Amino acid sequence: MTTDPEPGSDVVASPQRPLVKRYAGVVRLTHWLNAVFLVGMIASGLQIYNAYAHFGVRGQPLPLPNPLDGTSMPHWARLGGWLAGGLNWHFLLAWPFVITGVVYLGFLVLSGEWRSLVFRPRDIGPAVQMQLYYLRLRKEHPPQGKHNALQKAAYTFIVVLGAIAALSGFAIYKPVQLAWLTSLFGGYELARYWHFVAVWLFVGFTLLHVALVLLVDPASLRGMITGWYRGRFPSHD
Amino acid sequence: MTEARPGLSRRDLLRLGAVAGPAALAAACGWDGGPALEPKLRAFSRINDWVGEKILFSPSRMAKEYPLSARTPMQNFPSYSITYNDSGSFPSVPGPGTWTLNVSGLVRKPVRLTLKEIAALPRTTYTVKHHCVEGWTAIATWTGVPVSTIVAMVEPMPQARFLRFDSFDSGYYNGWDLASAMHPQTILAYAYNDRPLMMNHGAPLRLYSPIKLGYKMTKYLSAMSFTRDRPGGYWEDQGYPWLGGV
Repeated sequence: MTTDPEPGSDVVASPQRPLVKRYAGVVRLTHWLNAVFLVGMIASGLQIYNAYAHFGVRGQPLPLPNPLDGTSMPHWARLGGWLAGGLNWHFLLAWPFVITGVVYLGFLVLSGEWRSLVFRPRDIGPAVQMQLYYLRLRKEHPPQGKHNALQKAAYTFIVVLGAIAALSGFAIYKPVQLAWLTSLFGGYELARYWHFVAVWLFVGFTLLHVALVLLVDPASLRGMITGWYRGRFPSHD
Repeated sequence: MTEARPGLSRRDLLRLGAVAGPAALAAACGWDGGPALEPKLRAFSRINDWVGEKILFSPSRMAKEYPLSARTPMQNFPSYSITYNDSGSFPSVPGPGTWTLNVSGLVRKPVRLTLKEIAALPRTTYTVKHHCVEGWTAIATWTGVPVSTIVAMVEPMPQARFLRFDSFDSGYYNGWDLASAMHPQTILAYAYNDRPLMMNHGAPLRLYSPIKLGYKMTKYLSAMSFTRDRPGGYWEDQGYPWLGGV
């Protein structure tokens, strides 16, 4: 699967690559806190959705696809017990969820770490190469820095999605006081729709994310827990 | 493949479990937080009320008005009542012909107003969007007298900080902050879509305001009183956010 890139350095060859520091404490902490808060936000959100599982003004359904229209969310996936409980959980967890996100974003900016994470136009070519590799249309793994171009696309997407989820949430929470924000989302009913779509994008991302970590780079799981990494990818750009 | 894969050591999995476990547990089985956490959730909800009242609320920001053509067809505009839920019929005015609105509490000039007297006051009418806590919306025209007009009439004392609205619908009531009550779009409505308020929408008089969620707008009004201490509310006492502002 992998070959050691240093065939000459085998004098007292360690059977393992050196442990390198890959993830800063702030990143690890916010990553796992976010995982907990996101589960709580989604579960309490589904409890709220259960109260009225439709979109659009009464008598005028939104002409947008919702395969879950009228669907009662399963009991195991809900948090709060009833509408008020769901609301109170949602508005409680919203605080640490947003704060965690802001701390993480602040760290990305201040540390310069965003450079290895944010997808930029120059990543388009490498992203295509990476996709070809995954489709087995290209033999060697394209060279990469800390993250490959597809990872950058995914991690940029999820940060943007987090922002959209939070902002559309505020748009639903205060559609009169924050009317400017609500209208950015196309009005209250559409903001509610996007808030709901964000849930399934989060769920889809998380499933893919966990699968790829385990299949492609399981060493990064240790890295995200302890900070230390002994995997096959570079830890710096 | 000759390499050990240190990525998934047993210790790491345990650590992961320590984080993911509580999250999964919290989400599992429609948990409501249990009797231990529920009061803390409500206490925290008061912080959100404070933010909503003191930071996000503007006494001069008006809810958007809609053209008459945007009105929700009447049969699509839901109406709830505690009495109806319990008995299948809407609450009827106690002592027909003798209904009055009793305005009292911490005021200098308490009054009892008949519907005629209320309808003779300067009226406000608007077509606005109704936001239900459940997530649905509907648009309708409401006509009535601004609560601020009544407030000016009774002259509240300086220590009055809240307004309590009572109804004859099985003890339904709501507590309001004075700033929201004094908002120009907060009215005592006696007409819905240009007709006298119907029984299912709270006849003869209901509280209406597009700056609040539906459950804050007391229907079947019987009294309003000014208080020093914060009144709860029918649903608020059961856990709904007290402020209910949108």
